[in-house]
Amino acid sequence: MARITAGIGSSHVPAIGAAVDGGRMAHPDWAPIFAGYEWTRHWVAAQKPDVVILVYNDHASAFSLDVVPTFALGCADSFAPADEGWGPRRVPLVHGHSKLAWHIATSVVLDEFDITIMNEMNVDHGLTVPLSLILGQPSEWPVKVIPLAVNVIQYPTPTANRCFRLGEAIARAVRSFPEDLSVQVWGTGGMSHQLSGARAGLINRQWDTDFLDKLTADPDALRTMSHEEYVREAGSEGMELIMWLTMRGALGPRIRELYRFYHVPASNTAVGNVVFTPEG
Amino acid sequence: MHNAAFEDIPGTYVFTGERAIAGRHLNRFCMSLMSAVNRARFKRDERAYLDEWAMSDAQKQAVLKRDFKSLLEQGGNIFFVLKIAAVDGRPTQSVAASFAGQTTEEYAAMMRSGGRNPAGLRSISGRF
Repeated sequence: MARITAGIGSSHVPAIGAAVDGGRMAHPDWAPIFAGYEWTRHWVAAQKPDVVILVYNDHASAFSLDVVPTFALGCADSFAPADEGWGPRRVPLVHGHSKLAWHIATSVVLDEFDITIMNEMNVDHGLTVPLSLILGQPSEWPVKVIPLAVNVIQYPTPTANRCFRLGEAIARAVRSFPEDLSVQVWGTGGMSHQLSGARAGLINRQWDTDFLDKLTADPDALRTMSHEEYVREAGSEGMELIMWLTMRGALGPRIRELYRFYHVPASNTAVGNVVFTPEG
Repeated sequence: MHNAAFEDIPGTYVFTGERAIAGRHLNRFCMSLMSAVNRARFKRDERAYLDEWAMSDAQKQAVLKRDFKSLLEQGGNIFFVLKIAAVDGRPTQSVAASFAGQTTEEYAAMMRSGGRNPAGLRSISGRF
């Protein structure tokens, strides 16, 4: 049977991808970030997961405002890196796992989570930057990836609780898939940041730290938190952190925190990385 | 589609349904810049390209002036209007700095020293 073996939280800042692609990883602005991810990179390489369910958001790449799915699950065989206005990132094609993705789609819709099924989708930095941070720069990604795109750029975004409960439903789906697969769930985005308005550049280190503490020990406090509080405390784009709750929901009530990294800044953003394993 | 609680957060644009209505054609224009052909046409004659879209004149002026604050006030979504900056080869940090009237250097220095502190920037009414 397939099983969820780990959950990872990670930022997906586009400038990190540009630093990787532009060969600037040793620059003092970026070196601390890649050093901070080293533990996770080694750990994931040793774990050799078969599939990563990668929860992220699209930034006006695959989706214009013509169609705004709240949750869109990538069921295709492969997903090409998107052209975000300056050419696609030169990273490997992302290979999906259609059978597991369709199984999840079927299971969660019958479980009353009415997600959108994507049979063709390009993936932007929201998905490829966490791959670069955690898997490095291989010629082929060593894992299959099922993208789960969450709308966090057009209000109304889903509630934090809905994201969490979708994670629980995904875990039920994975557990009922007959193949023996090690599946990790990655929640990406955040941490605190705001790109526009008079508060542009907002960073809330204390709130981010509390978020990470609660993600391990008291996720109920985060899943009942209002959108207003996420925006007020973590910034308009810090709202992305609701996607980490899908990962947390998929792990079950008891988890072990294996690793935590926090750094300010990556361009406009606070960077966070956590690694969890489910306990029992 | 309205969420009054967001209005209490200073200097912050949450892209609500109201903003989506106001910015519908502006954001469609921005999305069109995903195509290299359209980027070239826009660069060749910005005004003529803008006139192909059902945008208000004030929105077109804000595009021509690269006034990102005005674009967001008129319904632009940050991830869409950033495509205009991408055409110019202008980094996101430079656009972010412009919102608060900072130079890119001032803004980058602020980020390196921990970012903008939220103290005093949580609530217009003073509730938080």
